[in-house]
Amino acid sequence: MAQLTMRDALNQALSEELARDENVFLMGEEVAEYQGAYKVTRGLLERFGAKRVIDTPITELGFAGLGIGAAMAGLRPIVEFMTFNFSILATDQIINSAAKMLYMSGGQFKIPIVFRGPGGSAYQVSSQHSQALESWFAYFPGLKVVMPSTPADAKGLLKSSIRDDDPVIFIEQERMYGMKGEVPEDADFTIPLGVADIKREGSEATIIARSLMVPIALQAADELEKQGISCEVIDPRTIRPLDIDTIVESVKKTNRVVIAEESHPFCSVGAEIAAQIAERAFDYLDAPARRVSGADVPMPYAKNLEKLAIPGVEQLVAAVREVSYL
Amino acid sequence: MGNQTTESSTAKPRGTAGSAALIETDMPNGKGVSGAQPGKAAATEPLSEDKDTLLALFQQMLLIRRFEEKCAESYALGKIGGFCHLYIGQEAVGVGAISAIRPDDYVLTSYREHGQAIAKGISPEAVMAELFGKATGCSRGKGGSMHLFSNEVNFLGGHAIVGGQIPLATGVAFASKYKETDQVTLCFFGEAAVNQGAFHESLNLAQLWKLPCIYICENNQYGMGTSLERAMSVQSVAQKACAYEIASEFVDGMDVIAMRHATERAVERARKDYLPTLIEARTYRYMGHSMSDPGNYRTRAEIEKYQERDPIKLFTAALKANDIIDDQKIAKFEAGIKEQVEKSVRFADESPEPDSGELYTNIYAESWQD
Repeated sequence: MAQLTMRDALNQALSEELARDENVFLMGEEVAEYQGAYKVTRGLLERFGAKRVIDTPITELGFAGLGIGAAMAGLRPIVEFMTFNFSILATDQIINSAAKMLYMSGGQFKIPIVFRGPGGSAYQVSSQHSQALESWFAYFPGLKVVMPSTPADAKGLLKSSIRDDDPVIFIEQERMYGMKGEVPEDADFTIPLGVADIKREGSEATIIARSLMVPIALQAADELEKQGISCEVIDPRTIRPLDIDTIVESVKKTNRVVIAEESHPFCSVGAEIAAQIAERAFDYLDAPARRVSGADVPMPYAKNLEKLAIPGVEQLVAAVREVSYL
Repeated sequence: MGNQTTESSTAKPRGTAGSAALIETDMPNGKGVSGAQPGKAAATEPLSEDKDTLLALFQQMLLIRRFEEKCAESYALGKIGGFCHLYIGQEAVGVGAISAIRPDDYVLTSYREHGQAIAKGISPEAVMAELFGKATGCSRGKGGSMHLFSNEVNFLGGHAIVGGQIPLATGVAFASKYKETDQVTLCFFGEAAVNQGAFHESLNLAQLWKLPCIYICENNQYGMGTSLERAMSVQSVAQKACAYEIASEFVDGMDVIAMRHATERAVERARKDYLPTLIEARTYRYMGHSMSDPGNYRTRAEIEKYQERDPIKLFTAALKANDIIDDQKIAKFEAGIKEQVEKSVRFADESPEPDSGELYTNIYAESWQD
């Protein structure tokens, strides 16, 4: 085990998979000579050369579609969006081509491609550069959606995503690149997609959190423990396919659930999880499932307003107390 | 302009019999561009192919024409559902271009693709069965008219968002270069797709990275009901290649031999030097945009004017002039093709619908079948 930042764990995953399979290549804006806008791709151009680590023009629809076409012809592209905010320009190709190709070709053309990059809230970059888009992508059958919350998960899940034969949306949290953690160094270390992780065991309430909300949920659980409430923290890690069984098992045990997310509440992944819990574990609930979401507003610039728009420890503590009728 | 060919700077249509008959309004306006207007007496393209090749081209165009007529009939009978975009009038473009590539080369195209699918080697049976929504269809009944696929013959789809196939084709060409094969990719699209960002983003990448993609714009002069003049500020599609220094040609899309030769030149550039080409094929569709289009935006006289230069009619005349074909032979071909088309309908009719379990297969690759 080595102590690595999220950024370096992702870099290691990219480097190992580029070394493992020559059909894997990486393309995106500033990934090569600039070494990555967030330095996730640092050193890869030097190691693997310009054929496999490719700087693109700012042309998201074009290079996303080009990557999908390359996947149709047998390559395994990794397409970096400098941030997922820019993936919005590429959604026609991601949704209409990548997600549906296998189905509408009657199973003839699989699309092994990873679209990755930072998403979620960033620091004071206002409305167009600070938003959570996972519910968009998770909506479509044919796409897989992955959101790691620790450096080890980031490495293991990215390696699995690159080896996966389906299109994977891999959303890294912009604020978490510097976060450190233990990371296995074994080149065969992977984490399967579709398997949730219990980040903390507990017995009296379940907090379901992903990405940036995981460390916040763990802090809230620490605080709640001091207040005498034992919380279980579950990180689905993969939004689609969703490991609903692990979530339902936990809810059956604790009978209370809070879902934390950075995204807007309306039509969110949290709404889907709450609906599935209602369908599958309604009789086990001692209180309605409670969501703690980002504010239902475009992200503001001012520091104080931005802070209000993103859920924090206090809101999670209050929500768990609320479902515990305290 | 280092990579530009002579063709791109002169942009004269090449063609067999009838090129000179093109009237001025058929041509791009070439606003502010010199050389975009064709010469009044364009050189005729000699038939340099052997007899068998010429007859194969003729039969393929005729097969596609009769197949599409049968599609219209089957649509009226309710056997084909959804959207159905017919290729009648444009056969020379797909047949001529695809005749210039190898079986292992790739084709990607739009939703008006029945003819190109057949030209690339998907059987009429498998295409008709797909249109009928049957399990034996080339996409197993899941794609329909707009999404024909075959990995056996490298036909990588029918794509139904205007221009959506252009970045995909660019990526297929990227893969050929990456794998250092000499396969080329043909990418067909209508002129309306040229106004999409996907077209421009793709051409920029193709020339920037030198990708063996041949972009073939089938300029049939209408994007659904909107004429070219109402949709495009500069109506010469071929001239748009200048913005990317891509070699380009303006071709008489009613002339199958001209299409074949233009594509051959592009294929040579693509195979030898990994260079893209933009071909503008001026053509015309006789039917509506889709089966539900009454065509009120144009006159019967306009359609008839183009039918005088029908690609099958022109090619028949050229073949007759060269003593390659006569009416007796044509009648024999017609009879054989009629039977072939009838057979495809019988096959589609008799084929089973997809099993209801197919609803949930092929969403993810766990169920992917080699």
